[in-house]
Amino acid sequence: MDDLLSLAFLTGVLAAALRMATPILFATLGEIVGERAGVLNLGIEGTMLMGAMTGFTVAFKTGHLWLGVAAAAGVGMLLGLIMAVLVVYLGLSQHVSGLGLTLFATGLAMFIYRLVFGSPVLPPTVEPFRPVAVPLLARLPVLGPALFHQYALVYLSWLLIPAVSILLFRTRAGLRIRTVGENPLAADTVGINVHRTRTVSLVIGGALMGIGGAFLTLAHQNMFLMDVVGGRGWIAIAMVIFGNWSPAKGALGALLFGLLDGLQLRLQAVGLHVPFHVFLIIPYIMTVLAMISVSRKASAPAGLLKPYRREDKGG
Amino acid sequence: MNTDPTPLIEMRGITKRFLGVPANRGVDFRLEPGEICALLGENGAGKTTLMNILFGYYACDEGEIRIGGERVNLSSPRAAVRRGVRMIHQHFALVPSLSVLENVAVGQEDHRLGFLDWKAARKRLLELERRFGMTLDPDAKVWTLSVGEQQKVEILKALYRECRVLIMDEPTAVLVPSEVRELFAMLRTFAAQGNGVVFISHKLHEVMDISDRIVVLRNGEVTAEKQTRDTNARELAGLMVGRDWPARKERSPRAPGRPALEIVGLSATNDKGLPAVRNLDLAVREGEVLGLAGVSGNGQRELAEVLFGVRKPTAGSVRIGGAPTRPGSPTAVIAAGAARIPEDRIATGLMMDLSIAENLILENRRSAEFRRRGLLDHGRIREHAGRLIGQFGIKAAGPSTAAKSLSGGNLQKVILARELSAGPRLIVAAQPTRGLDVGAAEFIRGRMLEECGRGAAILLISEDLDEILSVSDRVAVMYEGRVVGIRAVNEITREQIGLWMSGVVP
Repeated sequence: MDDLLSLAFLTGVLAAALRMATPILFATLGEIVGERAGVLNLGIEGTMLMGAMTGFTVAFKTGHLWLGVAAAAGVGMLLGLIMAVLVVYLGLSQHVSGLGLTLFATGLAMFIYRLVFGSPVLPPTVEPFRPVAVPLLARLPVLGPALFHQYALVYLSWLLIPAVSILLFRTRAGLRIRTVGENPLAADTVGINVHRTRTVSLVIGGALMGIGGAFLTLAHQNMFLMDVVGGRGWIAIAMVIFGNWSPAKGALGALLFGLLDGLQLRLQAVGLHVPFHVFLIIPYIMTVLAMISVSRKASAPAGLLKPYRREDKGG
Repeated sequence: MNTDPTPLIEMRGITKRFLGVPANRGVDFRLEPGEICALLGENGAGKTTLMNILFGYYACDEGEIRIGGERVNLSSPRAAVRRGVRMIHQHFALVPSLSVLENVAVGQEDHRLGFLDWKAARKRLLELERRFGMTLDPDAKVWTLSVGEQQKVEILKALYRECRVLIMDEPTAVLVPSEVRELFAMLRTFAAQGNGVVFISHKLHEVMDISDRIVVLRNGEVTAEKQTRDTNARELAGLMVGRDWPARKERSPRAPGRPALEIVGLSATNDKGLPAVRNLDLAVREGEVLGLAGVSGNGQRELAEVLFGVRKPTAGSVRIGGAPTRPGSPTAVIAAGAARIPEDRIATGLMMDLSIAENLILENRRSAEFRRRGLLDHGRIREHAGRLIGQFGIKAAGPSTAAKSLSGGNLQKVILARELSAGPRLIVAAQPTRGLDVGAAEFIRGRMLEECGRGAAILLISEDLDEILSVSDRVAVMYEGRVVGIRAVNEITREQIGLWMSGVVP
């Protein structure tokens, strides 16, 4: 039990927490961009799985991990575009289209993986990303190894938090995205192309979701398994609400989830005499509790879920 | 003013049909620089449609539009805004979570490499505010502003884009009197700089106050055009509502009996919590049709909802058949013997996915006779429906037909059949024939008058003045939540009704 309080244990938990948070962080930021433009993208889970599969496959075939990450982003963009065609241009239900996209992408990921790798007894593996130590900072006690001895993608995800914030709140594109998400009619009358803005937002969001998926197969693990995403997309949806559509608060939610996930992993390793399933469900229970306490105050973009068509009241 | 060679706006021969029904017929309209022109007319006269065409919201079927002398094809509001035309609807196109500055500048943002630069925009906004005597905080979030202030943000948005023609659709409906004065001062300043304003309204005194010229629309056509200084409210009221009397519906005369509906000191708020019905008194007797006229949005909807038991009044009482009814209880209203014909037959009148037979037994007062051992007795329900379908001439394949497959007229007949089958002592009908074809409308009115002949009292709330005049014994007019006038139908003139409807109380 002494282990529980040792500095090494703390460092381990923190390092694991940041790792576990990363895919959710990517996905949460991606989802925020789309939802700020007024589109709930429930295709997130499937998009992450396609990203995971594509990233792994491309890295396996080419031997270049970063090429895998780029391919995952590209596939995510493509799926974002499909989502845009369905809900932006055709004006279909965002719920149904998103779930449909997830089902489609899940099946497609499995199909392509089988096509490329067949059904091997042991799943093929790649040599995954290695942690990169940040000079000097990595030598800080306790925090150093946890925070600054991480994968490059983890650092990238941190940089994306202010980047998405700045995009949304400091740039012209961001103001337009928010206007479109809140009141598409107002946007239309001031000359903003509502459909194009929503499409671009979904494509950007899709890229982040794809990278989040690739992190799972190229850094977190070194292989592709069908359940590799394991509901992280849905957790990201919850984190968007938890964070009240703010990139910083959403990221905080993702980190908290990662912390609980990292903690439960470590607790399993410590060997307490409790079935490991109990630890597995801790982060999810905490998510539900957090949602109950926070989501009442949440205020979604007013244009969320509503397709925009210029009114032609024919009757 | 008319000597100016190029008017700001010229619309010629504008015709617009919705599903074949004309909303504008060969309308000519022009607007000169420096002019405030009022578009006057009743609901459905085609004022807003005409301006929505000018704003690029609707495409017209026939006619041409010139802006500043140049022939244009306005495919979207964006196209109109680019040409300096801006329409401010009753529902504002604002983003509540953004600041005043953001709302005003979005779409025309100053930026450096894509990053927003608010300095220039803020300066320009404050300069505009100073010129037009406004004092809005550029950083205030729009949701924290009053409706009047939000309207100013809309106007600032237009000014910021150097708009030359401002179309205001019933802008005073949401304002308190002091805000109206401010708005008028702003509009005058704006027009004085060589710009033009179109002011859509049906409030005569405001039109007389603000406009230089008045164009009166009726049934989609221009019926009159007057310089404001050459006319008066009385003349305008006549022009607005016309002079013809519709044919009276024949029915056997009958001495009115005891009061079936007594409303005393009734007040209610609308969905936004603002007063909609204000200390209203009204009584309808057995065997009498009381027509309640008025321009929409003057509290009729809220009054009907209180009478239907679906809106709780804030003060006052409603007695049906002499007994007070529990406020805000539909069950109490039904039990008191009132039939209810709601304004929106699809949203509140019927369950569109249920069958005709099921819709006909929706109200619980009658459900006991359609139950057997606690379960619905489908045999009797269908039999009941078959009988009513025959009686009311509902055109449907059979009792099991889903309501959603019926036409508007047949839907209304289903409601009527359900409401009248119990022999009510009071019928409250809100816009009962709106959107129906002539045949169905005649049937609905005839059937209600039959009930009246039997002794039922009818409160007919309608925006269709012809309908009110053709069936009512007495006519009341509602304006800003109050009954401003009430008179027997043979002692009233259309002009008088028009004046009351426009808020001119003699």
